[in-house]
Amino acid sequence: MASGRASFSVTKQPLFAFVAAICIFALYLPIATYVAFAFNSSGTGSQWESFTIKWFVKAWQNSEIQQAALLSAEIAAVAATLATAMATLAAIATTRTSPYRGQTFTYAIINQPLIVPEIVTAVALLIFFARIKVWTDYTGLAYLIAAHTAFCIPFAYLPIRARLEGMDLTLETAAADLYANGWRTFRYVTLPLLWPGIIAGYMLAFVISLDDVVITEFVKSSGQDTLPTFMLGQIRRSITPELNAAATGFFALSVFAVTVFYVINRKRSQQQ
Amino acid sequence: MAPDLSVARLRQKRELRVRWLLTAPALATIIIASVGPLLIVLLFSFMMKGEFGDVKYWQFSFDGWISLFFERDPIDDRFGFAAANFQIIWRSVKLSMLTTVITLSLGFPTAYVIATRTEKSRELWLLLITIPFWTNLLIRTFAVQEVIRNEGLINRTLRSLGVIDQPLQMLFTDGAVLAGLAYVYFPLMVLPIYASLERLDRRLLEAGYDLYAKRVQVLWYIVLPLAKPGIIAGSILVFIPSIGAYVTPRVLGGGKNMMLGNLIEQQFGQARDWPFGSALSIALLIVVTFSMLVYVRYASQSSRGSNG
Repeated sequence: MASGRASFSVTKQPLFAFVAAICIFALYLPIATYVAFAFNSSGTGSQWESFTIKWFVKAWQNSEIQQAALLSAEIAAVAATLATAMATLAAIATTRTSPYRGQTFTYAIINQPLIVPEIVTAVALLIFFARIKVWTDYTGLAYLIAAHTAFCIPFAYLPIRARLEGMDLTLETAAADLYANGWRTFRYVTLPLLWPGIIAGYMLAFVISLDDVVITEFVKSSGQDTLPTFMLGQIRRSITPELNAAATGFFALSVFAVTVFYVINRKRSQQQ
Repeated sequence: MAPDLSVARLRQKRELRVRWLLTAPALATIIIASVGPLLIVLLFSFMMKGEFGDVKYWQFSFDGWISLFFERDPIDDRFGFAAANFQIIWRSVKLSMLTTVITLSLGFPTAYVIATRTEKSRELWLLLITIPFWTNLLIRTFAVQEVIRNEGLINRTLRSLGVIDQPLQMLFTDGAVLAGLAYVYFPLMVLPIYASLERLDRRLLEAGYDLYAKRVQVLWYIVLPLAKPGIIAGSILVFIPSIGAYVTPRVLGGGKNMMLGNLIEQQFGQARDWPFGSALSIALLIVVTFSMLVYVRYASQSSRGSNG
């Protein structure tokens, strides 16, 4: 900075901007390459030929991918709904209160799935559900849904709790002053205010459930492949751009969810 | 006023019951589908292994735990040091520590640069960091594979530039696993550091320069201490999933470069040694819990330090 003190920036650090630029570039290079090959007409995926959407058509028509994608969506929808409902109730019970007996225990249990490595939970569920499968002969989707609901709860809980903690208690007091009973206060005052938090929680839970590979891989019975476990199962086979296409669709969905999440959050921070 | 007091107590009791009722579904689900099964794993780690997987129920043994460090020689039944297992455990510790160091040294500058942008452009940068974070981990790992495989982007580019004529074998090496881990967990390092630097007070930096500090000194004595809570949080957030990683070493390391997660899986798959797999799982859990405790301790110390 020989040009003098006028342009002296207090925040500048040498090389930092360079490192940051390289990192962002490196963060997107693999994803961009991967997505690009979904549009490449060459089947081997090593040389760029020409632009095509045939792999998307093929992936769309591939019954295995179709089934896996549908199952992913089904499990994510059910698990996210259950997790969000449970997390909402739990968040209402654990916020805006003086510390009560068992509150720490409740926090510890709710956050437990965040702390334990996925692989450990996965083998634990494998052992446990394998027993139940032997006893009951039931091999349906309930196992996957129970497992997904459990690890989605903390993710749904966090934004809902944050929203509740930032909420104005006076409105509810006013409703109570106007002789609204507990349920009506909740239904007409608390819930509408809480709604953005619930949507954010639902989105997070949905994405987390869609993303899961490890726990699903260990819990699923045969024929219950989700899109991620299906893709994991394909690594030993030759790479086909069909998978890139399916993954690209998946990626687009995540980007959409994150963007919606951001917009909701921004609205919230603007309101405050 | 004794009656009033008892009414108040009754109400309090009722309120407490309502709280428990409201939290019950969430607690029950997590206990059944997460906490409870862990206790079974703990129990299984002390049982004898069954012939075809599973365990021999209520026949206790320390074999699972002993297998962590020793193995029985199949010929003369003597115990020897379990070099293969130790190698995998050591690789897990080494790779997850290296991942933490690499993501920290790259993530800190990135977080700092983002935190010192104008408020508008910050949001865009953050979104850029967050999008990969919410993208499926498997897809991101596949994307890394796409770049480093033998016919991948790097090898093709180097070959067309004439730097190499044989492809570099990058896939299925420790380096590939390390690169993959650093790549997938990078956002987890940047976000907490950014959070701790977001409200960086520029006057502190100015004060530093007024006192003739060099840029390095401002960084070391002013910025770094302020970023410490974020650095600790980021390191924990990266270290914990790295040491338990399963997908990344499986896709990028192949069968040879296993980590703890893969070793655990193997015990429940081909190796059919459930007690050993359970002992490994509990050991992993202990390492993770221990690092969490260290983190909580540091975090509370550093927050006390900044208050005092």
